[in-house]
Amino acid sequence: MLEQSLIQSYADELFDALSNQTTVEPLTDRSPEMTIEDAYAVSNLLLEKRMTINKEKIIGKKIGVTSAVVQNMLGVDQPDFGYLTDAMVIDESEVLSLSKKMIQPKAEGEIAFVLKHDLIGPGLTASDVIRATDFVVPCFEIVDSRIKDWKIKIQDTVADNASCGYFVLGQNVVSPRDVDLSTCGMVVELNGEIISTGAGAAALGASPVSCVVWLANTLGKFGVPLKAGEVILSGSLVPLQDVKPGDYMSVSIGGIGRTSIRFD
Amino acid sequence: MSTLSRATVAELAEHLENAELQAFDVEKITNKYPDMDWEDAYDIQWEIRARKEKRGTKVAGLKMGLTSYAKMKQMGVDTPIYAFLADYFSVPDGGSIETDELIHPKIEAEIAIITNKELAGPGCTVAHVLAATECVVPAVEIIDSRYENFRFDLKSVIADNASSSRFVTGGNPRRVEDVDMKTLGVVMEINGEVVATGAGASVLGNPAASVAMLANMLAERGETIPAGTFIMTGGITAAVAVKAGDSVCVRYQDIGSVSFTFK
Repeated sequence: MLEQSLIQSYADELFDALSNQTTVEPLTDRSPEMTIEDAYAVSNLLLEKRMTINKEKIIGKKIGVTSAVVQNMLGVDQPDFGYLTDAMVIDESEVLSLSKKMIQPKAEGEIAFVLKHDLIGPGLTASDVIRATDFVVPCFEIVDSRIKDWKIKIQDTVADNASCGYFVLGQNVVSPRDVDLSTCGMVVELNGEIISTGAGAAALGASPVSCVVWLANTLGKFGVPLKAGEVILSGSLVPLQDVKPGDYMSVSIGGIGRTSIRFD
Repeated sequence: MSTLSRATVAELAEHLENAELQAFDVEKITNKYPDMDWEDAYDIQWEIRARKEKRGTKVAGLKMGLTSYAKMKQMGVDTPIYAFLADYFSVPDGGSIETDELIHPKIEAEIAIITNKELAGPGCTVAHVLAATECVVPAVEIIDSRYENFRFDLKSVIADNASSSRFVTGGNPRRVEDVDMKTLGVVMEINGEVVATGAGASVLGNPAASVAMLANMLAERGETIPAGTFIMTGGITAAVAVKAGDSVCVRYQDIGSVSFTFK
């Protein structure tokens, strides 16, 4: 376990980087002994600063590192998670200013879950998640890293609140009982050109539901529930895409609907 | 504009068909005939088809290849390629494939359609195709280039019937108005592990666009697509190598699944 003072100073650094749109050297270069638990401790302090200084409110959670490609890249066999706050929400009608708000943004097509009941793990199954889900909705998450050049190890991204940025939700919502979340297809377009396709099973080799099961059971061990009304981003089903001012993207999901986002 | 004599076309067709039937690999034919053109390449493919039909083999359908924009750009062309499916290529859903009969098989998940009206180019569009589609069917193609290590150029692969070797279809076909072929998702599993996912739009933005292109390409040879034709529209996923003992299951959104094994 890293010294508490070091954990605090990493959280301070990341908070300043977030506020000033700057980057820091990878934490794992400076503290190679950092564990994933240390990283979550940094993430919690970072979140605390966002809540106390910026007055941000938690509105949900996000799951990352859910695809085999990203897990292999980071050398891990499990996902990670971060918190969503009200400051991360973008509406479809808005244009996201990359120059004013982001550092090195990348877009991910995802399926978001909105809960109607609390989920308190451990011991939860896919059926529990489906029963607790009000609806699923198409989502773009625009991730960002406060770590220089995205040179992240798993500990770096965990400490940096799972490389959170902004997210937009679509306006078509569907009950998880009415769509097969394992085979539903995803088509992502950048400036009108199809750049990638995927399907639900890209998430943990099973389905986005399994990602939410993992999160609820993992947080449950620490007594943290997923709460009714929260938005849960379940992780990307396609490769991450760099974006720049002037770009627009859309994502369509079979049996669910679509959403889009514009950047300047 | 053909460049090869009829005798050379016949000789190359025999050479490539023997490689297919006896499962051995050969050098790509453009090494010996670097000046052959697209028409030559299709002439050889049509000659292979004629050889099979003369022996009583029936054509079970048509297929499209090279249907992703990324692959076309990579090969420096702006149209996909087509080929035919012989009756003995067909393996039933739940069946098994004799791996020994193939050279170095790979599998691709595809969406197929069956037509209920004739489609004739030029000028065939996605709308014409949708109006002529009886149903949308899951299909998995087993490709097996007769060229060493899958090393080929486009003309060589056209002459080799676009690497066609086997296909498996089944699942739970649906009417065209009941599915969205663009967002229809596909999950490919080998031995229970997900190896690839994708959606129909990987095929030229819409698998129906692939069929329209097929009709327009066939029109250049005065051919049409008859009613009742089974057409595999092109790979949604990348081609994945398989070996004896592998068990494959491809799950599709809304149209069921297809499974088979390699013996």
